Amino acid sequence: MNAPTTWRPRLADGTAPVLAVLAVLLVALAFAGPAYAEPAGYLALLKRAAPLVLLAIGQYFVIVSGGFDLSVGSLVTAEVVIAARLIEGDDANTVWVIALLLGFGLLVGLVNGLVTTKLLVPSFIVTLGMLLILDGAVFLWTGGAPRGALSPSFRVFGRGGVDLPVLGLLPWSVVILLAVLVAAVLFMRGGTGRTLVAVGDNEDAVRLAGGRVDRLKVLAFALSGLLAALAAILLGGFAGVSAQVGQGLEFRAITAVVLGGVLLGGGRGSVVAAAAGALTLESLFSLLNLLGVAGALESAVQGVIIIAAVAYASLGVTARLKSRAARTPEPARP
Amino acid sequence: MTAAGDVVVRLTGITKSFLGVPVLRGVDLELRAGEVHALMGENGAGKSTLLKVLAGVHRPDSGRVEVDGEPVVFATPRDAQAAGIAIIHQEFTLLEHRTVAENVYLGREPVRRGQVDRRKMEADTKGLLDWLGEEGIDPAETVTRLSVAQKQVVEIVKALSTDARVLAMDEPTAALADHEVELLYDLVDRLRARDIAILYVSHRMREVFDLSKRITVLKDGAFVTTALTAELTSDQLVRHMVGRSLDALYPDRATPGELGDVRLALRGAGNARVRGITFELRAGEIVGVAGLQGSGRSAIARAIWGVEPFTTGTLEVDGVTRRITDPRAAVRLGIGYVTEDRKGEGLALRQSIRDNALLVRRAALTGGPGRRKSDLGELLKSVAVVARGEHQEVRYLSGGNQQKVVLAKWLAVGPRVLVVDEPTRGIDVGAKQAVHRLLRELARSGVAILMISSELPELIGMSDRILVVHEGAIAGELPAGAGEEAVMGLATGHGRGEVA
Repeated sequence: MNAPTTWRPRLADGTAPVLAVLAVLLVALAFAGPAYAEPAGYLALLKRAAPLVLLAIGQYFVIVSGGFDLSVGSLVTAEVVIAARLIEGDDANTVWVIALLLGFGLLVGLVNGLVTTKLLVPSFIVTLGMLLILDGAVFLWTGGAPRGALSPSFRVFGRGGVDLPVLGLLPWSVVILLAVLVAAVLFMRGGTGRTLVAVGDNEDAVRLAGGRVDRLKVLAFALSGLLAALAAILLGGFAGVSAQVGQGLEFRAITAVVLGGVLLGGGRGSVVAAAAGALTLESLFSLLNLLGVAGALESAVQGVIIIAAVAYASLGVTARLKSRAARTPEPARP
Repeated sequence: MTAAGDVVVRLTGITKSFLGVPVLRGVDLELRAGEVHALMGENGAGKSTLLKVLAGVHRPDSGRVEVDGEPVVFATPRDAQAAGIAIIHQEFTLLEHRTVAENVYLGREPVRRGQVDRRKMEADTKGLLDWLGEEGIDPAETVTRLSVAQKQVVEIVKALSTDARVLAMDEPTAALADHEVELLYDLVDRLRARDIAILYVSHRMREVFDLSKRITVLKDGAFVTTALTAELTSDQLVRHMVGRSLDALYPDRATPGELGDVRLALRGAGNARVRGITFELRAGEIVGVAGLQGSGRSAIARAIWGVEPFTTGTLEVDGVTRRITDPRAAVRLGIGYVTEDRKGEGLALRQSIRDNALLVRRAALTGGPGRRKSDLGELLKSVAVVARGEHQEVRYLSGGNQQKVVLAKWLAVGPRVLVVDEPTRGIDVGAKQAVHRLLRELARSGVAILMISSELPELIGMSDRILVVHEGAIAGELPAGAGEEAVMGLATGHGRGEVA
């Protein structure tokens, strides 16, 4: 390497735009709603956004390694319905049911991953199938109306918080969110994380380098399933039990990831940007809500965002390629 | 209609720069009807750029293009096509699941009453195939079912269907097996007999001498000479291309004292593609593997590498018999493999230099000792990668720098055996020398290197001895500095020295 490489904080490709959009939205919120005049308003926003951010982080692992996970929305619903049915409002059941929920999420992810890698079914189809299977199973089991109830100690993760001296009440969901985000960042900076991105870029190269491509892909799906379970625990506590609690969340998570500049098809993007994408989406919906835009418009807005974000990425890459080709030093420097 | 020998296309003083870097500097070229004109030069000499100027893809910065004596300007590839110029690219552009006729008339299907006139399309294709003497190909056949050589015929027919009078073929034998090359020779003869002017771009001396009437040599974008093939020897041609004597080009070979223990030994190893492969590879030496495309030379590498493992015989690494069934096993035994398909298999193009250089280390040796950041810097410096920084994505690098990153990827894990397949394909002369030097330094540091190359001068210049593969078996071994004729003789199955 001829150029001296000094360390400086570096934003991954495609991170800057989403952070800029997020900043604008956060400022706009302060002008639009009195609730955002103090930090508590933003903390509430973060709390609301936590499940989606977790789902976006899980979706990021799958997308960056070259796949899709469409099953997470139905998985969230299934998890919440299962939780209510098994806990039946009894605090004594909370701990083992939470363990079971996490295990179930992991299991669904493993099945998604194994079918994708071993039976060579495209992940889009596998997880679409899983979505339908989970939907059907939930309906069959509940007959359309979930029974049972969540226990107060279960709902604490979605509703309660930890009292801190200076900051005030810090919601558990925010604590969990930050912990997951830090873990995800550390994971993506490590060898396994970097190799996961390389799989999304060129899995043949990784395989020929001695990498275990299938195992890495299964890992991505398993993480997505696990994080979906975690999101379900927060959502159940926050929003309560219904057969619609997870509806459409898979597409919302994919939109968030794409908004974060993560390349569909894999190989590029940062997990922080994906998380920022989820937060941006949630802020946007909050803003629209404050401005009195009908909630029914949310899905239309989401549709516009996903198309615009991908178009921006595609056009942007072409433009960057051109400008970089012009700047890349070709002849050897002294 | 032009008669044989008339100049159909004349390029004079063609120059072209990209971003201020001159790629062509005053190139002249005359293509005559019914004549095969070979275009030669090292990688990076400007051959493909010249081809693209001819095809209307690039507009020259200066110089004249004449067709039938009239000056023309090709603004788009369509203009060149209209002038009767067709290019057959190295990679086929056929749609595998459509029929021959559908491919030939792709995008300009004859229409009758609003429907594609399949009957006319097939009849016209048949007419062209017959005209070429290729009655064996059915216009209604799906392309997938054709052999590689037949696909090439379809490419040529597709070109001719636009009434091409000039056919430029870029490395036409690159994808062909030995016996298919003979078929191509016949086809070229028939094209010539039908007064088509052919520009034949190839690295292969033998083909060029067999087929062409004239040869034009480019070097570093400059026109060196156009000469009648009959008046050139292969030595003269090489000197024109390289511009200096071969000896100075390659690093010194290993001395007997530099050879160490046997690192890799194959005894009677074989699989579906190769059989009875027996050789030893010692620390400190570079053993070259020669052979024609499809002879099994790369299959040996891929078998050692566990992609398509050996099914018979034995393989020993450092004296211990091993079964290598996947690349991971090979890496863990200290074997590295530089693939011939750099972009497809060697690199993750959207990842940074750093991530690619650490790919093997991270992917295969999880839990192994960590390499510190400064070590990586040293490593990249040792392979002399020129880049803006180690976070630059490798797709923005030149081919030569990309190849250095591939080498760094293996050096990062300190391999004991390195198998390199076409280590300098598609990279410029300077980078090529750097790669050669690097390979020799590695050998000197005790790595055993098996080097596959289809470029004979490189193979002969680099190897301490040469194994020649023919039809899946080792046809013979030649000492350092063997002549091209001896290698080609064994490679074509004609025995030593029979074929020039």
